[in-house]
Amino acid sequence: MSELSVENLLGIKYLKTADIDLIFKTADHFKEVINRPIKKVPSLRDITIANLFFENSTRTKLSFELAEKRLSADVINFSAAQSSVKKGETLIDTVNNILAMKVDIVVLRHASVGAGVFLSKHVNAKIINAGDGTHEHPTQALLDSYSIREKLGNVKGKKIVIVGDILHSRVALSNIFALQLQGAEVKVCGPTTLIPKYISSLGVTVETNLKKALEWCDVANVLRVQNERMDVNYFPSTREYTQLFGINQEILDNLDKKIVIMHPGPINRGVEITSDVADSNNSIILNQVENGVAVRMAVIYLLAQQVKR
Amino acid sequence: MSKKTLLNSKDIEIILHRLACQLIENHNDFSNTVLIGLQPRGSYFANRLAELLKNEYQIKNLQLGFLDITFFRDDFRRRDAPLAATATEIDFLVEGKNVVIIDDVLYSGRSIRAALTAMQSYGRPEKIELLVLIDRRFSRHLPIQPNYRGRQVDAINEEKVLVNWKGIHKKDAVYIEYK
Repeated sequence: MSELSVENLLGIKYLKTADIDLIFKTADHFKEVINRPIKKVPSLRDITIANLFFENSTRTKLSFELAEKRLSADVINFSAAQSSVKKGETLIDTVNNILAMKVDIVVLRHASVGAGVFLSKHVNAKIINAGDGTHEHPTQALLDSYSIREKLGNVKGKKIVIVGDILHSRVALSNIFALQLQGAEVKVCGPTTLIPKYISSLGVTVETNLKKALEWCDVANVLRVQNERMDVNYFPSTREYTQLFGINQEILDNLDKKIVIMHPGPINRGVEITSDVADSNNSIILNQVENGVAVRMAVIYLLAQQVKR
Repeated sequence: MSKKTLLNSKDIEIILHRLACQLIENHNDFSNTVLIGLQPRGSYFANRLAELLKNEYQIKNLQLGFLDITFFRDDFRRRDAPLAATATEIDFLVEGKNVVIIDDVLYSGRSIRAALTAMQSYGRPEKIELLVLIDRRFSRHLPIQPNYRGRQVDAINEEKVLVNWKGIHKKDAVYIEYK
């Protein structure tokens, strides 16, 4: 297969295993490109991409922008904070105005679940979901799997535990879909209040004891507690959360094997993960960031192939 | 569809030796020269030529790389079938070097144009030369000509030139296929 089965990247749940294989194979080539002395290819020089970020982001936005520039696309950036959205403009109007400037691909981050799907039905451009509320963050899940594949050789048959705030995490949901599609086993671990009620219907097991979860897994993907999405208190105190679900070097030393530590960022050092763990040899946090550019280049390249001339 | 043999394995052997000698004539011991095969098919040819230079002509420290030009092509989004990339393996810089680009068939010249652009990602070479096994005369879209050629043919557009290499295919041979 040399073409994606989808027209937009709205979520992992719309992808097939072959799509993920194709994205990873293409990303391998781009990883080689971004390690060259001159890290740029001219493939997308007649493509214009709009990065629409209706929600704050540093890493994802920079990563997308860099990926687009490495492919020689023209890029326009938009963040809601400085825009007419504040003046009451609707999402469709904002985007259609931007598309009137002849944009081919839209990278969208939005606080509302399904914003990408909604937009894809109303505007004539390729949509890449860069995070829609607590729903999906497909490129993050792809780069996480890509990093696991790079570190361990394969995702199939591996045991991955996702630790932390599962309830508010789009990274968790996309990761669950992506890992299962590639034949990995997934467990989630966190306070019961931060684990969605029907998570087992996704074929995921739940573990509330961090030590047991870490003993089971090959890879621990550690998530941040998303205080900004919480309207009530889900656990008594940050200190208690750290004591029960924070990963420190001592816990890892007491395991009878080495496990891989991942974190999508931003890290709250000393809360869900201590500095020595985040900076240790077991951690592939910075590899994730590097791979993020290669994987996003692959996604953009493959979608741009479908843009009609 | 019919097929005519243009070169048999003996012809190819003679041509490989001649091209090797021509390269030595211009590049001496290859101390400042690198060979770059264009992926995928130019690489088979480049490999064979490099083997010959090493084994028969005692060229030591020959630097050989393989360049993928997919992301530099000018027909992205203009062709029906999507482009699939192959690997680039160049573990040296071409800055200040004499580069010999090697491909099996020179047709429109567009691949070579892409290769020249792609080469810029690895530095500024002193000089770039082009070596091809088959030069399809009269079919160029760009002002590109080879410095070394195995055989020149006057194939028309409906005809296809197929290059086979032993090890990958059954035997060394070049065919012209009529549709």
